[in-house]
Amino acid sequence: MAEMIDVRFEVNGREHALRVEPRELLADVLRLRLGLTGLKVSCDIQVCGACTVLVDGLAVSACTYLAVDADGRSVATVEGLAADGRLTPIQQAFIDEAAFQCGFCTPGMVMAATALLAEKPAPTRAEVVAGLEGNLCRCTGYIPIVEAVLAAASSTAGDDGQ
Amino acid sequence: MTRIRTGPPPRSPIGESVPRRDGVAKVTGAARFTSDLSVPGMAWARIVRSPYPHARIVSVDTSAARAVPGVVAVVGAADLPDVNLYYGHALADHPLLADGVVRYAGEAVIGVVADDLATADEAAALVDVEYEPLPVVAGVEAALADDAPAIHERQAEARPHRGFEEEIRRDHPNICSSSTHAWGDVDAAFDGAAVIVEGTYRYPKSYAFAMEPYTAVAHWTDGGLTVWSSCQHPFMVREDLARCFSLPFSAVRMIVPYVGGGYGSKSYTKIEPLTAALALRAGRPVKLALSIDESILTTRGDGAVVTIASAFDADGSIRGRRAEILLDSGAYAENSPLVARKAANRISGPYRIPAVEVHCRSVYTNTAPASSFRGFGAPQGNLAGESQMDEAAERLGLDPLDIRLKNVADRGEPLWPGVRGLDATLRDDLCLAAEALDWWTPPKPGHGRAIGLSASDAGSEPVSTALVRVVADGSVTLTVGSTEIGQGSATVLPQIAAAEMGVPLERIRLLQSDTAAVSFDRSTGASRTTTLVGLAIQRAAADARSQLVEWAGETLAEGGPVEEAPGGVTVGGVDHDWGAVVRAWFGGPFGECIGRGYVRRAGTTAEMPPFWEIGCVGVEVSVDEATGQVRVERLVTVGDVGCAVNPQLVESQDLGAAIMGLGMALTEELVYTADGTLLSGNLVEYRVPRAGDIPAWTSILAERGDGVGVYGAKGGGEGSLNPIAAAIANAIRRATGARLREAPFTPERVWQALQERDRAGG
Repeated sequence: MAEMIDVRFEVNGREHALRVEPRELLADVLRLRLGLTGLKVSCDIQVCGACTVLVDGLAVSACTYLAVDADGRSVATVEGLAADGRLTPIQQAFIDEAAFQCGFCTPGMVMAATALLAEKPAPTRAEVVAGLEGNLCRCTGYIPIVEAVLAAASSTAGDDGQ
Repeated sequence: MTRIRTGPPPRSPIGESVPRRDGVAKVTGAARFTSDLSVPGMAWARIVRSPYPHARIVSVDTSAARAVPGVVAVVGAADLPDVNLYYGHALADHPLLADGVVRYAGEAVIGVVADDLATADEAAALVDVEYEPLPVVAGVEAALADDAPAIHERQAEARPHRGFEEEIRRDHPNICSSSTHAWGDVDAAFDGAAVIVEGTYRYPKSYAFAMEPYTAVAHWTDGGLTVWSSCQHPFMVREDLARCFSLPFSAVRMIVPYVGGGYGSKSYTKIEPLTAALALRAGRPVKLALSIDESILTTRGDGAVVTIASAFDADGSIRGRRAEILLDSGAYAENSPLVARKAANRISGPYRIPAVEVHCRSVYTNTAPASSFRGFGAPQGNLAGESQMDEAAERLGLDPLDIRLKNVADRGEPLWPGVRGLDATLRDDLCLAAEALDWWTPPKPGHGRAIGLSASDAGSEPVSTALVRVVADGSVTLTVGSTEIGQGSATVLPQIAAAEMGVPLERIRLLQSDTAAVSFDRSTGASRTTTLVGLAIQRAAADARSQLVEWAGETLAEGGPVEEAPGGVTVGGVDHDWGAVVRAWFGGPFGECIGRGYVRRAGTTAEMPPFWEIGCVGVEVSVDEATGQVRVERLVTVGDVGCAVNPQLVESQDLGAAIMGLGMALTEELVYTADGTLLSGNLVEYRVPRAGDIPAWTSILAERGDGVGVYGAKGGGEGSLNPIAAAIANAIRRATGARLREAPFTPERVWQALQERDRAGG
């Protein structure tokens, strides 16, 4: 058994203190130990984006992010978005535009879009496309996803954040 | 979106883009997939795979693995004397763990079960297998050489009820199956031809990349076996499991949670027998969750080499077609015998051809096994057939649209002897696509346009059932055996039940894909669900309504004559909803009316195929001649689906299918070396389309009510994939003069073709 390391990080606003192996991936810790199965693991090599979560507001692939590196940081997963029971504009736009089919890429896609709009609240279409290049979807052909992100951006235009 | 509709609009909520029912669950992360599932006491499995493409297993030493603390079981074929190792619904040639021989690199040899995955990984690395390498054949030509080593030494048993007996013939040991599709006097057709176009076309070995890898959880419990699996056809998997473990079908319970993509790649049985065998030896529930790299090695799409000739009159009338199709089906049959039959059927296209002779052979090679994949033999043949339509038009000085209009079959015409007449007006579809593509306005220099067409004998077997259960408050539980794999059946099927019962949509609860809780459905594939399960629901609703009207007559008739009304009955001018009828008949605030719907090969669904699935697309491409890079700039899809029960979802299918086709046309290929090594077995080297690859899209829905299903519906979902590769090849030709006959049309291949063009021109 490898040495264990104590880590503390916040997930969706809640503090967690865990003892992890150095090799443990953030994706596995979130999914298997904290029961946050919203994020998905698909390609394992940081290509598909299904495991996208935010670490200190930055979109990362949890499949290749070591849990020890999250020590002292703040992690946001899809489960935290509608914690108050209200969908975010991005989530609602995904439903309105049918921006998913099987839904396996959706949590990662929603988190990537959340990071994108946080950085660029009024993106152009080209900026949305570029912002989603790191997230694969095999079902939709992407157009509904791009439309959803643009619709969410315009629905919040003029708001003071959220 | 443009909707072309003939006939009156169907009743609400049919034809309405109601929001997907799985929406909130999927955007919040609440949707549970098999990948997310845990069962109390569950152990984890890891598979030791063969590094050799063809080898005899000399010895296996598992002692070091067994000694690792936390290991529950280490299982090889030899440890399963009580299990029927060989499964396969067409040909039982596939052992759930290698049985003395491995036939492809990546084949499962040993299963390791441990308390957690890290321990299973650690122990799996300690399993020592000694192999004696055998000669390898990794391509169809090599596999069919006279002196090629036999990949299967013995002929496997053909499953009788699948109807492949005729096709499982072995004039060569590496032929898995042979299908013939022929009519008319082909020699005469070619003898009298003004123009004959000939060529060999290649379609890649492909990977569906369902983003959820193959995952199953098996639990021996309640005197039987329960398996949760990310699969499309739970009832068919149930049968394979029952045979492997000598159980009655009903002792096997298959439950399918949300499925992270299928596209045919989760049709039929995959890892379920293996997972169940490991759980049997472990004495605990076991989860086997493959990685994507392992999933690539589990099932892929058949690659094809198509040698084809088409004969034409001077006016462009097609006289005949000959084709030899070789499918690279990999190490095991899986569903390739059916893919072979469909590839043969579909290569003749939706054209009126007097004479056809097609031979298609599914060939065993030492590569990962191939099986169903969206389009199912159609895209492989369509690249050849539709390329030849354009090649003939060019030779004859005809417009590619005109040569199609000249030859396309009319509505009602069978595409070959003995099948259902064509249930589509393809002439109009072609014109819709051409118009949307500005066909008659020349494109910019460096751009080219093409229109592609296909018609597939789809729908699979018309065997489905449904139950419409009206409970005491008048709400409805709808149960079907069809699986929600992302296509939207969980939304569309309640729409049909709501329309048929006159009950608000939000009062319909749907239960799917639990073989112990819902009634039988054959499969979720071949674009059949809305059409055939829809019919079963319509019949179940009619059965429920007829019982309820009778019950009203028995219990409420003293109020006056009973008349059926939407959502209930009217008795002497007073409305009673269905719940009131149930309560009256049972004499209290309880009870349930069970309506049953059956669909089988009888009545309107007697004739095969149940429907023709149409693919009609237009593309405009640009080609960078310096690099050979092709970009699809514009895409037109014509969804000829009879009736779009939920138009937004139909369009989703059309776009998704077309973009999947675009991937195989431009970038996707499982590349094997001649010695059986897979070079592109991961998502970096197997490149699927990304957001930046997507063209501008025009969607047209053609709703002419001409299908056999509810409200004239027929299937969609595969159609727009089938003609994409050929359309892109034809558009590249028109943009550059270069003819591509091997997909994917990578920059290197396009550049080579451009050099060839220049050499030929110079």
